[in-house]
Amino acid sequence: MSNWIEIGTLDEIPQLGARVVVTDKGNIAIFRTAEDKVFAIKDECPHKQGPLSQGLVHGDKVACPLHDWKIQLDTGIAVAPDEGCVATYPIKMDKDIIMLSLTPNK
Amino acid sequence: MKERLVVIGNGMAGMRTVEELLKLAPDAYEITVFGEEPYGNYNRIMLSPVLAGEKTIDEIMLNDLQWYEDNKITLLKGKKAVGIDRKAREVTADDDTVVEYDRLLIATGSTPFIIPLPGHELPGVVAFRDISDVDTMLFAAGKYKNAVVIGGGLLGLEAANGLMQQGMNVKVVHIMDTLMERQLDGPAAKMLGASLEERGMEFLMGAETASIEGKDRVEKVCFKDGSSVKADIVVMAVGIRPNIALAEKVGIHCERGVVVNDTMQTFDPRVYAVGECVQHKNKTYGLVAPLFEMAKVCANHLAQHGIGRYEGSVTSTKLKVTGIDLFSAGDFTGDESTENLVFKDAASGVYRKLVVKDNKIKGTVMYGDTIDGSWYFDLMRDETDITDFRPTILFGQAHLGDSGHGDDSRVAAMADNAEICGCNGVCKGDIVNAIVDKKLFTLDDVRAHTKASSSCGSCTGLVEALLAHTVGGDYSVAPHLKPLCTCTDHTHDQVRTVIRDQGFKSIREVRDFMEWKTPDGCPKCRTAINYYLVCQWPETHSSDDAQSRYINERAHANIQKDGTFSVIPRMWGGSTTPKELRAIADAAEKFNIKTVHVTGGQRIGLYGLKKEELPAIWKDLNEAGMVSGHAYGKALRTVKTCVGKQWCRFGTQDSTHLGIELEKMTWGSWMPHKFKFAVSGCPRNCAEATIKDFGVVCVDSGYELHIGGNGGIKVRVTDFLCAVETEADVMEYSAAYIQLYREEAHYLERTAPWIERIGLTYIKDNIVGDPENRKILAERFHYSQKFMQDDPWEARAKGAAQHEFTAIKQLNV
Repeated sequence: MSNWIEIGTLDEIPQLGARVVVTDKGNIAIFRTAEDKVFAIKDECPHKQGPLSQGLVHGDKVACPLHDWKIQLDTGIAVAPDEGCVATYPIKMDKDIIMLSLTPNK
Repeated sequence: MKERLVVIGNGMAGMRTVEELLKLAPDAYEITVFGEEPYGNYNRIMLSPVLAGEKTIDEIMLNDLQWYEDNKITLLKGKKAVGIDRKAREVTADDDTVVEYDRLLIATGSTPFIIPLPGHELPGVVAFRDISDVDTMLFAAGKYKNAVVIGGGLLGLEAANGLMQQGMNVKVVHIMDTLMERQLDGPAAKMLGASLEERGMEFLMGAETASIEGKDRVEKVCFKDGSSVKADIVVMAVGIRPNIALAEKVGIHCERGVVVNDTMQTFDPRVYAVGECVQHKNKTYGLVAPLFEMAKVCANHLAQHGIGRYEGSVTSTKLKVTGIDLFSAGDFTGDESTENLVFKDAASGVYRKLVVKDNKIKGTVMYGDTIDGSWYFDLMRDETDITDFRPTILFGQAHLGDSGHGDDSRVAAMADNAEICGCNGVCKGDIVNAIVDKKLFTLDDVRAHTKASSSCGSCTGLVEALLAHTVGGDYSVAPHLKPLCTCTDHTHDQVRTVIRDQGFKSIREVRDFMEWKTPDGCPKCRTAINYYLVCQWPETHSSDDAQSRYINERAHANIQKDGTFSVIPRMWGGSTTPKELRAIADAAEKFNIKTVHVTGGQRIGLYGLKKEELPAIWKDLNEAGMVSGHAYGKALRTVKTCVGKQWCRFGTQDSTHLGIELEKMTWGSWMPHKFKFAVSGCPRNCAEATIKDFGVVCVDSGYELHIGGNGGIKVRVTDFLCAVETEADVMEYSAAYIQLYREEAHYLERTAPWIERIGLTYIKDNIVGDPENRKILAERFHYSQKFMQDDPWEARAKGAAQHEFTAIKQLNV
């Protein structure tokens, strides 16, 4: 039962970049990969809460700007050997309009 | 259907290849392994500590039986492969098991050489090669008293030490006059012998064994001179030979070993071989590091990535006898064409010898304190010219200015809670446990798992020493040419050459042309290539790829631990005005700045700004005439100065003025790493110019120029470049030096390690010895600066790159 919220269009996010959605419960980072896949994850590295939106995107991963942990954008799981996980959120594309649900993926 | 890979040999080389293959292509093959021993795969180099009772068999297992099951590998343990039908592509075992293959990997290792003396088949005569040999020795140690080890080489001494630890009386019989003659020179061998004798080991040097005698089992060893010694067990450790019996029998070309090419293929391209059984470019190897390098290449080829090549290895050895530190590498004997550098302190038990030819290290032997072994080894492998630090090289790298750990370098003696990596708070115990539990063999593995040595790198030598100490003997060394990152096998220099020669203007072109393994690179290579492009083609600087810059350079502010940013405007030459100070104070109040801090680079930092506030505060600072201080960039940072002769009674020149001029000339230039200047007005050096990337010390007659200093990770005092007479000279020399650094250093390499890598002489030749070249370099710098000197703050305060500083959406939920 997702409530989809329109948050913007694809071209508002640079390729291999990210923007944030500000909510009362903290920021959600919206990533765009080289292949224009869009992912939404909590803007908080499981390591020391670094803002992942400020990291470098490569493949389907982002490198945290604070200590270079790599986080998998689709699952929110840290790339081994680091261990940790961050919440991910559903994204739906309506042509180039990005729709976000605030109910985290299980 | 999957292709079938059959591996003959369940040792370290074979299984390392399988492990590497599983990482690259987990589903490519159905894998079957023949293993003669009834175990999983264990770390053979750790048998010595097992014999000495310092480790158990369980502790040295690398892959237990569960691992084979988990990875769907069929392990035929206790089965010996005895035949290969290369036409039918079948391997036959001694129990008539037949397994078909599409590709075959021979990893049969080596066999100990047994001297065919009369009596060599008596019970109680063993080699030192596998777990069953160790069991035989441990059993004998429990029951008997006298052990004789034939062979005073590495393996023989480790066996002798182990048996002695088990309480036996041990005599080592050696045919030569010095111990470990293949790894040590005379003086080091003497020191080793003396120290082992002190522990109770006896030596029979220059003794030629004639026979082994006994009724039901060995009783004594007899010598050619008619004498004899009592022996309840005899260990033969006189050398190993590549085990080529099977390969030879089935017609695969062998010489001393199974002959392979650079992709580890034998003369039958379906058949690969790795490890000690292999002969590559006429060399055979009996150490673990080369095996791992071979395994990587072989796995690469099996996975059809096909770009890796094995180019041979340079190896080093360490003796695994607790309490004895010994290291040797390369050609440590030398000949008429070489020279020896020797340090010997018999009383403290320290000996170091370097064999040098044309100012390059060819080999080294060390006894006692071996912490610098890996440094000498690197210098040897990289063929570094040691001219510039030859007078102090024997005192080790610490002498070059390692502030980190001082004398505390003997890792074996350190307590488990001793902190090794100060950046990440990693203790010795953490590292050792990770190495053992996670089966780590390389520095990169240790970095990934523990974070030790992954930040500033000053503890790298210690971590390497711990690795060597924990996994035993030699650990895997990096290949000769270090790739830029894991996305490629190409080096920094190769990438730069391609950019220049092919005229590439984008990161994608470079990656496509050089066949990158990943679609869009990684943080390491993207940032490096982006810099190389900016440096090579300053005209297109405007198309600089923001997504290939780390956040600090993308946001033009330094990210802090809580995700806020700092703002540090430039203060030319460390000078400011009441107007600027007022503007800073106003901004600090307006933006509710929590911390106003005077930085080490003579300027003022404002901390705790939210990202979205940055353009607004920049606008205020711009209006007061201030620009970005690039305190966040791999770029020109600051020019630190003293007040000089304008005020100081000791000042010889106008250091402040010169500092401002230098900063005006160099600000805005992107560099491989951050770059700091200083100008001191007299030799009292209040601006600390001799620990900067470029330091000027004013003297009465002009200006002394110093380069390659560093006050950070490793305190390194600058090298003296030359003295010049005028301010204009200082400007020209510094511009040329910066351009040389920009064009030739690797990305993220500070000037200090750069100079140590390429040598001071090279820089002097380019800058001082060649005025024409100096002018050209300086001109290239000035040309580049035409495109670099625009204030990034101003553009963004006026609305550029707005997406970087604003949320895509504000939700009030």
